[in-house]
Amino acid sequence: MIYREAGQFKTTYASDQAVFPIAQDRVVVGLAVVAAFVAPPLLADEYWLQAVLIPLLVYALAALGLNLLTGYAGQLSLGTGGFMAVGAYAAFKLTTAFPQLNIILVFLLSGVVAAAVGLVFGVPSLRIKGFYLAVATLAAQFFLIWLFNKVPWFVNYAASGTITAPPRSVFGVMVAGPTATSQARYVTALALVAVGAIVAKNLVRGRVGRSWMAIRDRDIAAEIIGVRPLRTKLLAFGISSFYCGVAGAELVFLYLGSAETLAFDISLSFLVLFMVIIGGLGSILGSFLGAAFIVLVPIFLTNAPHLVGLVLPVALQKEMELMVFGGLIIFFLIVEPNGLARLWQITKEKLRLWPFPH
Amino acid sequence: MSEIVYGVLVAPFRDMAGSPGFLAEVVIGGVFAGLLYSLVALGFVLIFKASGVFNFAQGVMVLFAALTLVGLLERGLPVVVALALTAAVMVALAFAIERIVLRPLVNQEHIILFMATIGLNFFLEGFGEMLWGANVKKLDVGIPDRSFMMGSIQVNQLELFAALTAAVLVAVLAVFFHGTRIGRALRAVADDHEAALSIGIPLKTIWVIVWSVAGIVAMVAGIMWGAKSGVQFSLSLIALKSLPVLILGGFTSVPGAIVGGLIVGVGEKLGEVYWGPLVGGAIENWFAYVVALAFLLFRPQGLFGEKIIERV
Repeated sequence: MIYREAGQFKTTYASDQAVFPIAQDRVVVGLAVVAAFVAPPLLADEYWLQAVLIPLLVYALAALGLNLLTGYAGQLSLGTGGFMAVGAYAAFKLTTAFPQLNIILVFLLSGVVAAAVGLVFGVPSLRIKGFYLAVATLAAQFFLIWLFNKVPWFVNYAASGTITAPPRSVFGVMVAGPTATSQARYVTALALVAVGAIVAKNLVRGRVGRSWMAIRDRDIAAEIIGVRPLRTKLLAFGISSFYCGVAGAELVFLYLGSAETLAFDISLSFLVLFMVIIGGLGSILGSFLGAAFIVLVPIFLTNAPHLVGLVLPVALQKEMELMVFGGLIIFFLIVEPNGLARLWQITKEKLRLWPFPH
Repeated sequence: MSEIVYGVLVAPFRDMAGSPGFLAEVVIGGVFAGLLYSLVALGFVLIFKASGVFNFAQGVMVLFAALTLVGLLERGLPVVVALALTAAVMVALAFAIERIVLRPLVNQEHIILFMATIGLNFFLEGFGEMLWGANVKKLDVGIPDRSFMMGSIQVNQLELFAALTAAVLVAVLAVFFHGTRIGRALRAVADDHEAALSIGIPLKTIWVIVWSVAGIVAMVAGIMWGAKSGVQFSLSLIALKSLPVLILGGFTSVPGAIVGGLIVGVGEKLGEVYWGPLVGGAIENWFAYVVALAFLLFRPQGLFGEKIIERV
């Protein structure tokens, strides 16, 4: 950066191990968070809030959850969509059964429900690893979606088979349902994802995160030095599913408004996995960067031909989008297999010495 | 309670014994579906064995091959020429993939390569549809889709033909792998990349060959599936259906892919017909996964997979 960390001496372990040990970082990140809370609701128009920023935050939360499981604990999962569906349906059932319950509490409770389901589907991870596990988690994906499709109890016997977010308010402000403003939804989503990121950051640098990373790097060695695989892996599945569950509930209540199981199909699982890998495995910041990339690139690609005055047929445009998107993924993997977070880190290192690189 | 036990454990078997002809038809339908899963799984296994890449784009390669074939046929080329040209396209694709995607990513972690093949998946989907159009097409390579009676059982000519083709293909592959010089090199690479390199086996050539073979296997699967249900986007989804086959058979075993495919195909059809109604049907989507999952708990390396030995 333009600033230097020279002269900032640490005299305690606590200050040395702080999340942002450098004072300028603390200030910049603090300002960025405040700006994120204040600026978009005031400046951004309806389209940006509703179609770009809210899904970005929701996906970031899901990516955060998957990153804990795949990036930190090393358990490849393709069941994210299923766990998000559990969160969404749990939130719907809870809030229709107990309408007076605070919606934020409902989100958290539905995360707990998703965590319980995640624990069950995490059990096979004790026996199987790698791609075998990935395929095994697909079982969760397909089974859960089928279950929500088949059992009408989950949608309160609605003939349409969809769940719809009822109007709910927090501190007198509508945040869910058709009358809620997109500003309120945005702030709610941002608050949840900010808290989620802080908790995740502290989880991964503490005892829990270290045991996850030990299991990821060499599970047998980890077991020998006293990390319990059963507890560690299941904890990873539980916490990851909690995040995914909350994100799933948000997806319906804050973004889509109403949804059927199609919103949670296998492509959602892949989408979130993309975000995690493009953003950077094992990086909290990476989850946000990945979500931003996956949300913004298709929007950019859709609008790019118009910007240069090109009018393409709709079908050709869609195909071009797919091709460019696929090509970009391969390109980014080749340029930096460790993801956007790593690119950012390299940039920071370079800027630190700039303009005197030696 | 007793009704459920009866419904799960007694009634299906009573129905099976009651009409053996129908049972045979269900089983044959399952075998056919299973063979097609096997063909897709075979493509996965070939690539995984030789390069350790879990090729998610296999399903789209099936679609791409079928689209190319249909496109060439629509331009009035004779079937044989179109087939040869499609095969050539798949080989060219293998070259391109090796050069553009695999070579820069050599030595990366498996998950990165896996991700790259998902990118490839998107790219090929868009590319194929841009070249040949996205609407559903009928593929006709001259195999009649008629049924005839064999004893008291109805057999579909197309399905019979597909079964024979799959069998021939597997036999040819077996000979290729065990009887030729290239086949021996392929097996060497599969066993140990570094050892193979050190005795002078060109890894890059081997990868191109493996991806070409996988492309041609994808073409055969595309023809069979396309002739059965038309060439359309959903063709690429059979990749997902063939994943439980991989678990059952093991990621590294060619016979495993075949046997696993048959087990999944037959099990799926039997489950859907006899047990499906108990829970409201449409269980085909996850039944195979759950069977595979249960199986994995007892044998993590699959039916024929190599035993996993781990050291610190």
